[in-house]
Amino acid sequence: MSNQTAKLPPSARLTKWLVCGPPLVFLLLLFVAPSAIMVVASLRFPGEFGGLAPVAAAPGVLQGLTLETYRFFFGDFLYAEIFVKSFLVALAATLICLVMAYPLALLIARSPKKSRDLMILLVILPFASNFLIRVYAWMILLGPQGALSQLVNSALGAFGIGPVHLLFSPFAVLVAMVYVHLPFMVLPLYTNLEKHDPSLLDAAQDLGANRWQRFWHVTFPLSLPGIYAGATLVFIPVLGMFAIPDILGGTGDMLIGNLIKDQFLGTRDWPFGATLSILLTGAVLLCVLVAARLGGAGMRHA
Amino acid sequence: MRRGPWLWAAALAAYTFLYLPLAIVVVYSFNDSRLNAEWVGFTWHWYGVLLRDDDMLAAAGNSLLIALASSSVATALGTMAGIAMHRYKMKALTFMVMAPVAMPEILLGVSLLLFFIQVLNLTLGMISVVLAHITFSIGFVAVVVRTSMAGIDESLFEAARDLGASPWKTFRHITFPLILPGVIAGGLMAFTLSVDDFVITFFTAGVGVSTLPLRIYSMIKIAVTPEVNAISTLMMLLTLTMIVLASRIAPNMLRGKA
Repeated sequence: MSNQTAKLPPSARLTKWLVCGPPLVFLLLLFVAPSAIMVVASLRFPGEFGGLAPVAAAPGVLQGLTLETYRFFFGDFLYAEIFVKSFLVALAATLICLVMAYPLALLIARSPKKSRDLMILLVILPFASNFLIRVYAWMILLGPQGALSQLVNSALGAFGIGPVHLLFSPFAVLVAMVYVHLPFMVLPLYTNLEKHDPSLLDAAQDLGANRWQRFWHVTFPLSLPGIYAGATLVFIPVLGMFAIPDILGGTGDMLIGNLIKDQFLGTRDWPFGATLSILLTGAVLLCVLVAARLGGAGMRHA
Repeated sequence: MRRGPWLWAAALAAYTFLYLPLAIVVVYSFNDSRLNAEWVGFTWHWYGVLLRDDDMLAAAGNSLLIALASSSVATALGTMAGIAMHRYKMKALTFMVMAPVAMPEILLGVSLLLFFIQVLNLTLGMISVVLAHITFSIGFVAVVVRTSMAGIDESLFEAARDLGASPWKTFRHITFPLILPGVIAGGLMAFTLSVDDFVITFFTAGVGVSTLPLRIYSMIKIAVTPEVNAISTLMMLLTLTMIVLASRIAPNMLRGKA
């Protein structure tokens, strides 16, 4: 980059910095600096009244820096458990999204060109309504008087099983996670499936492959980059979600996001909250790396 | 093309799953009952309640103000970033623009909360929310503008340069008119994202300011009331209008994003 800059004439260099400068400065201030401060905060002691302890309060060379919060996290099984649970919920939501999105994406990709845009738009549209509204919709559906609750409970009642509460349960959390993130899975899958050459399927058919063989040996392997892209787009936001467990979950359905929110707004143990955020960032980066590894160059197309 | 009945059935089920919950929200907003249960009769009552809810109106005003302020700054910065990403391929900038979009919102929310209070010593309120919204909107504008930039024939820039146009003149008369649809679409997107944002606003608003999503959140945390259905329906209408506008101005945006 510096070589390139050196080659540019002074006026072009000025133009370059006039264009790059403002967004660069803004994001350095409001994205890079806060992230860096998060790392520092995770190494600090909590303040007496919440927040962070003043740096000067602790004597020593590394004034007021400590790995205490990290020791705290790994010392208590409870926190690791919440991380594992969040991973499992994210995994489950991703798999359910995949199973629901695949046939839809396949159908759209195989539809006549004219109707494809409309069909994709119909997938995106609900996603344009406010996130809270989409969660609220499930509050109604799963509430004790909701249509879905009534349906499920009358079905269960026929077998003599007592009414179950769907709202404020892990089930409600999972359903809403899938509902909110489904379009993120459909879009990259569709983008991938649309590019498949139909003559490959014809060739497979001519060679005697049946419907399932054609799917598992031609369509599915070719769609893997789309699957990895979609999985990343679902898995990462679900991993950090706090609002859905907060609204639809019970007291035991806390995920990483809720834990972080509580540290910052509830108990006000900011260093621990910062530590949890850093660990979540690490988890997210790991997921991105794994997906990029698996998806290879295919990721870039999606 | 191979589109068996099973594929149709599964796709239809997915569409139903996507639309039924929202349809129920809209239908119950006209229901003459406190409960979102049985259909009693048609009423505009809940919309009336909404119009008399001063907190809700104040929140709506804040939301619009924040969206106007943040989307105009984000459009300017995002346009520069989009041009820069296309022309200079600066990796650091691309990372900084895209990372806030890609990471879980809560991470940006809490890091900004920490930054505003611990470093800037800022009282949380309108300003902190606007700054936070600009931060996550830049990326969305930049992506749309970069797509527009990629669609421009490079020889146009060469021709302008050969004819002696200064970089500013080239931008003013060639680049800008050509990317304008992308810029407007990006701006509308930033506006919609700002009005809709809950998570980042939740962490950066403090007690000083309420927005529509924050108001809806505190209402549904207490109880399910059809007033929420009414405001939801109105917000869906607003977003729908914005999307139609954006897609009219830049028809390729939706596809470019996907």
